[in-house]
Amino acid sequence: MAHLNMFAFGIYPYIAIAIMVIGSWIRYDREQYTWKTSSSQLLEKKQLRLGSIPFHIGILGIFLGHFFGLLMPKEIWHLLGITAQMKQMIAVGAGGLFGLICFFGLTVLIKRRLGNPRIRATSNTMDIVILLLLYAQLILGLLSITVSLGHMDGAEMLKLMAWAQNTVTFNSVAAVEAISNVHWIFKMHVFLGMTLFVVFPFSRLVHMLSVPVQYVRRQHQIVRQRFVR
Amino acid sequence: MKVRAQIGMVLNLDKCIGCHTCSITCKNVWTSREGVEYAWFNNVETKPGIGFPKEWENQQKWNGGWVRNKSGKLELKIGGKRRILANIFANPDLPEIDDYYEPFDFDYQHLHNAGDSKHQPVARPRSLISGQRMEKIEWGPNWEEILGTEFAKRKKDKNFDEVVQKDIYGQFEKTFMMYLPRLCEHCLNPACVAACPSGAIYKREEDGIVLIDQDKCRGWRMCVSACPYKKIYYNWKTGKSEKCTFCFPRIEAGQPTVCSETCVGRIRYLGVLLYDADKIEVAANTPNEKDLYQAQLDIFLDPNDPVVIAAARAEGISDNWIKAAQRSPVYMMAMDWKVALPLHPEYRTLPMVWYVPPLSPIQSAVQAGHVGMNGEIPDLKSLRIPLRYLANMLTAGDEAPVVRALERMIAMRAFKRAQQVDGIEDVDVLKQVGLTPVQVEEMYRYMALANYEDRFVIPTSHRAYAENAYDLKSSCGFSFGNGCGDGNNGVNLFGTKAKGVRQVIPVDIQE
Repeated sequence: MAHLNMFAFGIYPYIAIAIMVIGSWIRYDREQYTWKTSSSQLLEKKQLRLGSIPFHIGILGIFLGHFFGLLMPKEIWHLLGITAQMKQMIAVGAGGLFGLICFFGLTVLIKRRLGNPRIRATSNTMDIVILLLLYAQLILGLLSITVSLGHMDGAEMLKLMAWAQNTVTFNSVAAVEAISNVHWIFKMHVFLGMTLFVVFPFSRLVHMLSVPVQYVRRQHQIVRQRFVR
Repeated sequence: MKVRAQIGMVLNLDKCIGCHTCSITCKNVWTSREGVEYAWFNNVETKPGIGFPKEWENQQKWNGGWVRNKSGKLELKIGGKRRILANIFANPDLPEIDDYYEPFDFDYQHLHNAGDSKHQPVARPRSLISGQRMEKIEWGPNWEEILGTEFAKRKKDKNFDEVVQKDIYGQFEKTFMMYLPRLCEHCLNPACVAACPSGAIYKREEDGIVLIDQDKCRGWRMCVSACPYKKIYYNWKTGKSEKCTFCFPRIEAGQPTVCSETCVGRIRYLGVLLYDADKIEVAANTPNEKDLYQAQLDIFLDPNDPVVIAAARAEGISDNWIKAAQRSPVYMMAMDWKVALPLHPEYRTLPMVWYVPPLSPIQSAVQAGHVGMNGEIPDLKSLRIPLRYLANMLTAGDEAPVVRALERMIAMRAFKRAQQVDGIEDVDVLKQVGLTPVQVEEMYRYMALANYEDRFVIPTSHRAYAENAYDLKSSCGFSFGNGCGDGNNGVNLFGTKAKGVRQVIPVDIQE
């Protein structure tokens, strides 16, 4: 079991992140033509709008929550006057809310992808796999709320924070130690989360790296010169 | 003044016979691929009708083009940049495939394989998207061909706005029709370029052709909504948008576009226009919609003006381009004779594919036994196609330029008829429309005879001079998609230099 823990939470995260970074880099470098959102809105609009908007709002909220919740050191939270208990309340409340919004959207999207004949026929395997992976991950995340509600002292959450922070600071022994005693739902959630990193460069998820933020500052018209005089 | 050159097009609707040769040849060359079966970079519509995709001219529905906002600034009708980004998860203004049509093919093999039966076997349609049987084809690329579908549906045509008693045009005796071939307008102020969040769409400086960089396109689909002509198509297979390329590989070689080359009615003209790029923004933002046509004319520069020629040379426009601009049929029709008009200038994109309005039979002649005359010219109010309809299409509702164009064409006919049948020079008819006999002879040569070398005056780009040919040796030629597998990000993972830049180290050879 210790070996399994070591691999899943001490080694696998680095493999996953390496695959994500290098894989995305290669794809961006060599296969720009495949770098896209893969929208299917042209083929079906109503269900897409119903599902896509809540899905994206929900998942962005969840992403930001995980980013700051896991990686911001607990000392900073203390400085802000937020105890572990309060932080867990926020995490359960906000995570639950965004999780439910996302759950609704994702349910609509999966039903659409599998049920609409046009969408089904034009989907590739990865389109379906990625939706189901996200769905499983989301359900695990929502289930973990029930575990959290069982002990509101925030201790379990502190362990997960310690794991994440030790992982990004390359202290994997401490990381594995921190996570080895948490509830199995959390472990599954973390493992599947790392797996999402692995599939990232091979799926349409790469479009999130191309969020067009520079558009806001760009001038309207673009004129290209064939050669520089 | 910043002089730029653009290849523009004029279509003489008076001579279009609606044969669709342009559409078919274009389709065969550019869009006979999976994902864009439904896309027609060029299509021919029968008007009045709602067109392809459905009601594309209804910008209350699709929100294409530009508008002047309350503070007098030019803004995309789909919204400002922030609103575009806010809608990025699901674009509210995107047409669905059914607004174009579901592409289909027929089970032809069944005609070979069917066993003995009482009835003749038929080839039934099958969707090219889902592969499923289609029981009934509800809409197609040219559903309204020759006034197909009932008038109740066709009268939704936006060009009927403010046409008095439009319902009478549903009657068999009163009905009218015309053809409208459509392609990308390669606008001076393109809404698609402005709407693209990725910055993948661009206008080429040297010839004004608007293209989509297939590598940079991420499929956010805002261009499809922003284009008021609905001439950008989302490829559902590749997840990228595609559009008319103005056949740039042909244009670069001095050849006309495929649609122009194959036009059997010889209605298409291609030529260079010089324009002042500094004036684009002000012109597109002209307060009154009806002044937009004149505003666009004011952007164009006289290629015979020595000041313009000097400025063009300073911008690096080569002499063969200036020479082409001086004998450009597009300039003659748009500027000299003013018989060509822009399509829907009220969209404020400053389109560069222009149209000569069609003449139509004079309907009261049969009933009343005479034709109302306005001086030497028959009264245009008795034309079968309502003037207001044409004005809504070509001049944002201002009838005067349409009247001028039609009167000049009638005058040309009257003059040439008098000259060739009666043997007299009827100068009076020309005076009324403000033309000289020399001009009319030119108009006759270009518009009636329409010789190949007069219709297409396209300078070659002289790529051999523009680029160092040695740099291009062994590099990627014309390819599609990821053909050469080279990203355009400048950073190369595997340590090789980006293609196209070849450094030659000089070596001293001493005997």
